[in-house]
Amino acid sequence: MRMIKALAAIAAMIFIAACSDDQQAAAPATTSVTPGSVADFRQNVGDRVFFDTDQSTIREDGRQTLNRQAEWLKKYGNYQITVEGHCDERGTREYNLALGERRANAARQYLVAQGIPAARVKTISFGKERPDPVGSDEAAWARNRRAVSALQ
Amino acid sequence: MNTRFDMMLPRRQTILGGVALAAGAAAPAHAQLTIDMTRPSFEPVPIAIVDFKGDKVGADIAGVIRNDLQNSGLFRSIAPSAFIQQNMDPNAPPRFPDWRSVGAAGVVVGQVTQSGGNIKVDFRLWDVVVGQQATGLSFTSQPDKWRRLAHIIADAIYKRVTGEEGYFDTRIAYVAETGPLGNRVKRIAIMDQDGFNTRYITDGKTIALTPRFSPTLQEIVYMAYGESNAPPRVYLQNVESSRRELLGNFPGMSFAPRFSPDGTKVVMSISADGNTDIYEMDLRGRALRRLTSGPAIDTSPSFSSDGTQIVFNSDRGGTQQLYVMSASGGGERRISFGEGRYATPVWSPRGDFIAFTKISAGSFGIGVMRADGSGERMLASGFLVEGPTWAPNGRVLAFFRQQPNSGGRAGSVTLHQIDITGRFERQMATQTDASDPAWSPLIPQ
Repeated sequence: MRMIKALAAIAAMIFIAACSDDQQAAAPATTSVTPGSVADFRQNVGDRVFFDTDQSTIREDGRQTLNRQAEWLKKYGNYQITVEGHCDERGTREYNLALGERRANAARQYLVAQGIPAARVKTISFGKERPDPVGSDEAAWARNRRAVSALQ
Repeated sequence: MNTRFDMMLPRRQTILGGVALAAGAAAPAHAQLTIDMTRPSFEPVPIAIVDFKGDKVGADIAGVIRNDLQNSGLFRSIAPSAFIQQNMDPNAPPRFPDWRSVGAAGVVVGQVTQSGGNIKVDFRLWDVVVGQQATGLSFTSQPDKWRRLAHIIADAIYKRVTGEEGYFDTRIAYVAETGPLGNRVKRIAIMDQDGFNTRYITDGKTIALTPRFSPTLQEIVYMAYGESNAPPRVYLQNVESSRRELLGNFPGMSFAPRFSPDGTKVVMSISADGNTDIYEMDLRGRALRRLTSGPAIDTSPSFSSDGTQIVFNSDRGGTQQLYVMSASGGGERRISFGEGRYATPVWSPRGDFIAFTKISAGSFGIGVMRADGSGERMLASGFLVEGPTWAPNGRVLAFFRQQPNSGGRAGSVTLHQIDITGRFERQMATQTDASDPAWSPLIPQ
């Protein structure tokens, strides 16, 4: 019995670890990509921040990601960026277009406040039209409520 | 079972050169509704549609009429294999006892004749219960328009029996969806209400959403993304010529367009710096007028049937709710007060109800309420139902249903119709997955 409990506890820890890894997929990791490349931005800086349901406030985890983005964009000044705002599928199409615009704009304003010239940052909303990942559970919806900084 | 047809003198009707057929017997009219859609329960009217004689298209015409009436939920089409009387003279009264014994309340007979390059279709609806002709009409059209003739006849039968205008001679614009969700192709399609004659009016290179018909059906407005990350914008497109034009070149996104009832204006949402408000564009001079302001999301505007008011949804009170304002802006008042979020309000063409999408307790519903917000009733619910649109008689709605995505694959997305009592829902035929239905007015004749 004790053994089963212990196993269950370990299993729960692994599960939590897996979830948190998933949530921090955008966190820095050392890889061998070319510094200053799009792959560098995506893998080592993190190209997306996440939002709570029906909210467009930048969360603490999102601020850290956007701070890294701002640092990186200052270092590599040749890129323009478009912040894409997205929503989960639990809203109506038209409202989600507006909500995605709000999220994209919130991320843009944060970057501008960190010193990125406003002219370098555009926004576009995809509402709920471009889910990533595709899924209909809480985990998928949490990942879909996002603002993605796309480099040009 | 209240399925008696009452007698009425046929009325003159000028549809594609249509004329009334003389009734076999001219008894005085006895005004009594034969089916009352607003009653809490009723049995569908059993009706027999005999293959029309005179041309092989006659059987096809009868098939379209049977399908239309059966799909309304108000009629039960009796299978032709059950018919007793065969080889009927389309101009003579049927043998009423034969039709009573197969349980028919009404029997429809008709005949097709060639007439100078056109086809002429005569039909009669016989009231089996009283043994009299209920209505009889004649229509002429080009031969390739036979499906429309069939829908027009089905509308005439529907009107004669229910007292409501029909809605079969109409079209549905919608978003045809194909491909994986992460890179979904979404293009605007238009089809007949019964799923036939589908054509695609955008090419699918960019996402196109939320089509809406002009009152004449000659134009649609919709939102489409641009090439290379240009913000999505509202386009006005001529349905026949496919010529399209941008409605205003704004720095931000414009979306959620809808025509005014007279077709002279389009209301839409425009976003600037993350904020979304409602604007009206006059199509004659392209003058733009701002109707709402403030930091809230104001979107999904829809005109009242008389054009004097606009219903929309806004999160100004903290959550998404329905508001009504004057068509010139101002006088905004909230009309939804139930639990949950309310979205996509659409004013009935009759003016009596507003249909909406409601999100509450993790599920979606389609409902209706009176224009003052009273009398809320939910008609359909599910994992995701959205986007109601009214048939022109204001007694039937269409909307879309999305099933949950699973294993990285998209759930099906389908169009459905439901009557205003919520009694009868059916899936509408489409060639692909489909969302955002827009029901047209009756096609001008």
